Amino acid sequence: MYLDSDNRRPSLTPTLALRVAMVSGVALVAFALIFFRLWYLQVLSGDKYEAEAKQNQVRKLIVRAPRGEIVDRQGRVLVDNRVGLAIKVSPKGLPSDEGDRSKLYGRLARLLDMKPGKVRKDVERQLDAVQYSTATVKADASRPIVQYVLENKDDFPGVEVERVFLRSYPHRAVGAHLFGTVGELNKEQRKDQRYRGVALGDRVGQSGIESQYDRFLRGKNGGNRVQVDALGTLRRGLGVTPPQQGRQLRLSVDLDVQRAGQKALGGAKGAFVAMNVKNGEVLGLGSSPSFDPNLFAKVIRKRDLDRVYSKENGEPILNRAIQGGYPTGSTFKLITATAALEGGLITPDTVQYDGGSLKVGDVVFKNAGNVVNGPVALRKALSVSSDVYFYRLGQEANGSGKGLLIQDWAKRLGLGRRTGIDLPGESKGLIPSPKYRNDGFAAFRRCVERKDPTPQEISFGECGFLDRPWSVGDNVNLSVGQGDLQADPLQLAVAYAAIANGGRIVRPRLGQRIEDAGGRPLQELEAPPARKLKVKEEHRQAILEGLRSAASEPGGTSEPVFAGFKIPVAGKTGTAEKGAGRADQSWYVALAPYPSPKYVVAVTFEAGGFGAETAAPAARGILSELFGVSGGGPAPRGTAPD
Amino acid sequence: MHASPYGTSVKGFREGHGPRFIRIDALLLLAVLALVACSLYTIGTATRGDIDGSPYYFVIRQAAYCGVGFVLMLLISRMDYSRLREWRVGLYGAMIAGILLVYALGSVTRGSKRAIELPFFQLQTSELGKVLLILTLSAFVVDRIRQLGDRETTSRIVLMALIPAMLVIGQPDLGSGLVYISIVVATLFVAGTKWTHFAALGALGVTAIVVVLVAAPAVGVEVLKDYQKDRLTAFVNPAENPAEEGYQQTQSLVAIGAGGKTGRGEEATQTKLDFLPEHHTDFIFSVVGEEFGFMGAALVLSLFALLIWRCLRILTMSKNLYGTLIAGGIVAMLMHQIFVNVGMTIGIMPITGVTLPLMSYGGSSVIVTFLAIGLLQSIHAQARETALAKGRDLAI
Repeated sequence: MYLDSDNRRPSLTPTLALRVAMVSGVALVAFALIFFRLWYLQVLSGDKYEAEAKQNQVRKLIVRAPRGEIVDRQGRVLVDNRVGLAIKVSPKGLPSDEGDRSKLYGRLARLLDMKPGKVRKDVERQLDAVQYSTATVKADASRPIVQYVLENKDDFPGVEVERVFLRSYPHRAVGAHLFGTVGELNKEQRKDQRYRGVALGDRVGQSGIESQYDRFLRGKNGGNRVQVDALGTLRRGLGVTPPQQGRQLRLSVDLDVQRAGQKALGGAKGAFVAMNVKNGEVLGLGSSPSFDPNLFAKVIRKRDLDRVYSKENGEPILNRAIQGGYPTGSTFKLITATAALEGGLITPDTVQYDGGSLKVGDVVFKNAGNVVNGPVALRKALSVSSDVYFYRLGQEANGSGKGLLIQDWAKRLGLGRRTGIDLPGESKGLIPSPKYRNDGFAAFRRCVERKDPTPQEISFGECGFLDRPWSVGDNVNLSVGQGDLQADPLQLAVAYAAIANGGRIVRPRLGQRIEDAGGRPLQELEAPPARKLKVKEEHRQAILEGLRSAASEPGGTSEPVFAGFKIPVAGKTGTAEKGAGRADQSWYVALAPYPSPKYVVAVTFEAGGFGAETAAPAARGILSELFGVSGGGPAPRGTAPD
Repeated sequence: MHASPYGTSVKGFREGHGPRFIRIDALLLLAVLALVACSLYTIGTATRGDIDGSPYYFVIRQAAYCGVGFVLMLLISRMDYSRLREWRVGLYGAMIAGILLVYALGSVTRGSKRAIELPFFQLQTSELGKVLLILTLSAFVVDRIRQLGDRETTSRIVLMALIPAMLVIGQPDLGSGLVYISIVVATLFVAGTKWTHFAALGALGVTAIVVVLVAAPAVGVEVLKDYQKDRLTAFVNPAENPAEEGYQQTQSLVAIGAGGKTGRGEEATQTKLDFLPEHHTDFIFSVVGEEFGFMGAALVLSLFALLIWRCLRILTMSKNLYGTLIAGGIVAMLMHQIFVNVGMTIGIMPITGVTLPLMSYGGSSVIVTFLAIGLLQSIHAQARETALAKGRDLAI
C-alpha cells in the first residue's frame, strides 16, 4: 500500500451514515418527482398530448373553389370564371440567404413591372400569415412571362406557376354596378359571422350581387391534407377533398335590356331602371359612367382604383340607380297628384286656371318656359305638365291638416326610404319637411354663431346650405319635385309601379333562383309580400290617363318622342333645376303597355336638360328592347319644357 | 446474488503480491449494460431517417464509443484507484489545461466552444474534467481531513472546484459547470464538512445568483448570455413563446405525453418528423417517452435507480476515505445529470444542455461515464479484496 491513511479503512461513522441516508433521501425524492410527473404526462394527459402531436404534423393546404356563375333570366352567362396563371413563391424553394432572396425579388419585380420592395413585402406578409402555403406575387400573369419563368427556372428559385380561378365579367362595363366586384376577405369580414368558413386570402363579393348573394356564389374550398415535418417539408399526402364550385345564380335581368339601357345612357352621368310593375322583377338596372369589374378580379392597381373612384371621371363606382339622390322635377307630380286626390284637395275633374305663374307670398313661381295653359284639370295638367296647377296643390297642402300631405304620400309611395332591392349600399334619399328645414336651420345658426364665418365661407357651405327656415315656398317647390328633394330612379320606378298595379309597393328583386351548375333549380328566391296602399280606382285611372296623354296627345310633353312607337306608353318627363350654372337633371318615367302596364322604365341624366330631350328618348330605346320592337333608328327627341 | 469467483472476477492488477481475484459489482455492471442496450435501441429508432443512405450511422458510432468505454472501465476496475491520489496535482493541472485547450483549439458549435476536433470524435474536455475533478478534489480533501473543521479547508476546496467550473461556464457550457458545483458540494458533504460551512456556502451561492441575474445586468454587465437566460426563464412558462425558447420544451412535453402508457412505436411522429430537437442527444429521454411510453420511461428510470443504489452502496463499503469521496462525487455527478436532463424533458427543470449518462449519443459523455463506473468497480473490487484479506465477507 502506498499511503498510510489508505490502510485505515473507515468504518461507517455515524456522520457518514447520516449523510449517505440524506443523499439517498434526495435521490428518492428526485425519482419520485420524475415518476409522478411522468404519470401525469403520459397516463393522465396522454390523449391531450397525442392530439397535439397529431395536429403538429398535419397541414391543410387550401385548394380554392371557383365561385358560382351568374346568368340572366334566359340563362345567358353574365359572370363566370376563367383560369389564370399565377406567379407564386413557395417558402421551401426560397433561397435562405438574404442577399439571394433580394436578388430574386429584384428579378421578379423587373419581370412583372413592380417595385422590388412591394414584391418583398407582399411575399413576406403572405408567408407570415399562412405558413406552409405559397405566396402570390401576381395573380394573372401573361403567357410570355410565365414562359420566361419556366424556361429560366434556375434564375427563379422557389417560384412556381399555379392555375387559379379568376372572376370574369364577359360583358365588361355592362351591368358592372349590378354584378359588383370581388376582393380578398377584408378585416371586418373576417370577424363577420356571415363569412365563417371563408379562408384567409379567399376572394368574396365586395359589392353588388356578388356581395348580396355571396353565401350562394361562394364555393367550398377543397383541401389537400399533408404530413409535414418540423421544417415544413412535405412528407406525404393524407388525402384530398376536391373543391366545390359555388351555386349558380339566376337573375331576373335580361341581358339585352341591360345592354340597351347601358347603350341609351351612352357614358353620360345617369342611370336607368327597367322593372316589372307587378312583381318587382328588375330586368335592367344600370349606372353611367361604368367601369370594368374585371379590374377587381385580381389585385387591382392603384391607378385603376383611383380612376374608378375619381370625381373628375364622374365617379364610375357610384351606382346612380340606387345611390343617386336627385330632385326629380315634374316626375314627382304623380305623387303630388295622388296626395291631392286622396287627401281630398281636388277631384280628377277640379279645374284650376293656369295663368303661367303663381305668386306665393313675395315669390312668383312660374311655369317652365313661361307657358300659359289656361284652365286645366288633372289629366291635362299632367299631360302638358302645368306647374302652376301643382304649385297651388303644394300651397294648399302646406296649409291643410298637419301640412304634411305630400310628404306622407311620398313616403307611402316609397320615397325617402330604401326600396329593399337585393343590392347593398342603397341610399334612402330625402323628402323635405318643415322639421328637416327648421332643424337644419337651427344648426346653421348655431354654427354661424360659433364660427363667425365670412359671407364667402357661408356661400361655400361652411355651415351647410339650410340658411332659412321652412316656408310655404318649400312645399310649392316640392309639389313639382324641385328643391331639397332627393330620390333615385329605382324609388321613382317603385312609386310609378304602385299607381300602375293598383297600389302595391313592390320590393324590387334581382335574384330569381339558386341553381346547380347545370341550371337545375335548387331554391327559388321568393319576393317578400308587397306593401298594399289604398288608392281609389278612379284616382289611379285619372293619373294614368294623364300620363298616357302626355306621351300620346298633341301638346303632351313626350308626345314627339313616342310618336309612331308601336307600344302604347304612358309617361312623365321631369326637369330638375340644380342651381345657377349647373345643367338641369333630366328625367323620364314610362309605363307600358297602356292601359294595363307591365313594365316601368325610369331614366335620368345628371346634366340632360329637358326630360323630353334626353331621358325620354333613352327610355324609348329601353322600351323597344323590352317589347322586342324596332325603335326605328334613333328615337326622336322632344323639346317640350315641363 | 453472489457472484461466482471465476465468472465475473478479473485477475489481480498488481502481480507482485501474487495471484488474487478482485470482484466487480455484477448488479452495477448489469445496470450499465442494460442502459447501453436501451440507448443503442432508442438511438437506432430515433435516427433511422436522419442521414440518407446510412440508417445506422449514429448507432454504430455509439456502439463503438460504448465498446471503448467498456474496455477502459474493465482496465480501471482492475487497478487500485488509490494510486491516483499520488497524481492529484498532475491530474488537476491536466484538467485545467484540457479546459483551457478548448478555448484555444475548440471548434465552435452553435455559438459555444466546447470540444476539440479529433480525427474520430470531438473531445469534450469539460466531460473528462468531471471525473478528474472528482479524483483531485477527493484527494485534496483526504490530505486535509484533519483540518476539515477549518473554514480555510472548505474555502480552499470550493475555490479549487470553482476555477474549472467558471472556466467551463465561460465556454459557455453552463450545464457542465453546474455539474462541477454539484460535485464539490457532494464531496464536502460526504467528507463531513460542518453544517455551518454549508450554510455560509449557501448564502454565498444565493448572493452570487442575485448578482449574476439581477444586480450585474442592472449596472450593465451581462454575465449570462441571452440564450442562457432565455432558456432559464422559458422553462417557467414554455407555452408563452412556443416558437422560440419554449419550443424545445413544448415539443418534448408533447412527445412524452403523446407516448401514453405503452408508446407510439412507429407512429412516433414527434421524433420521426424532427419536431423533437436534439432527439439523439439531450432529448433522448423524450424519444424513450414517445416511442415506448410510460413503460419504457419507467424501465429506464428503474435502471438509473439501480445504478444510483449500487453507487451509494459502494460508497459505504469503500476500503478508505478516498474511495468514499470518489464514490460520493460520482453519485453527485450521475444524480445531477439524470435529474436535470430528465427534468428538462418533462418540464420541471430549465434547459441547460446536460446529457443523460449512458443514454445520450456522444463519445465524450459515454466514455467519461464508463471511466466513472470503472472507478466505482475498482472501489468495489478493492473493498472486497480488503475484506477477504481480513477474513470477512461482505454481503453483496
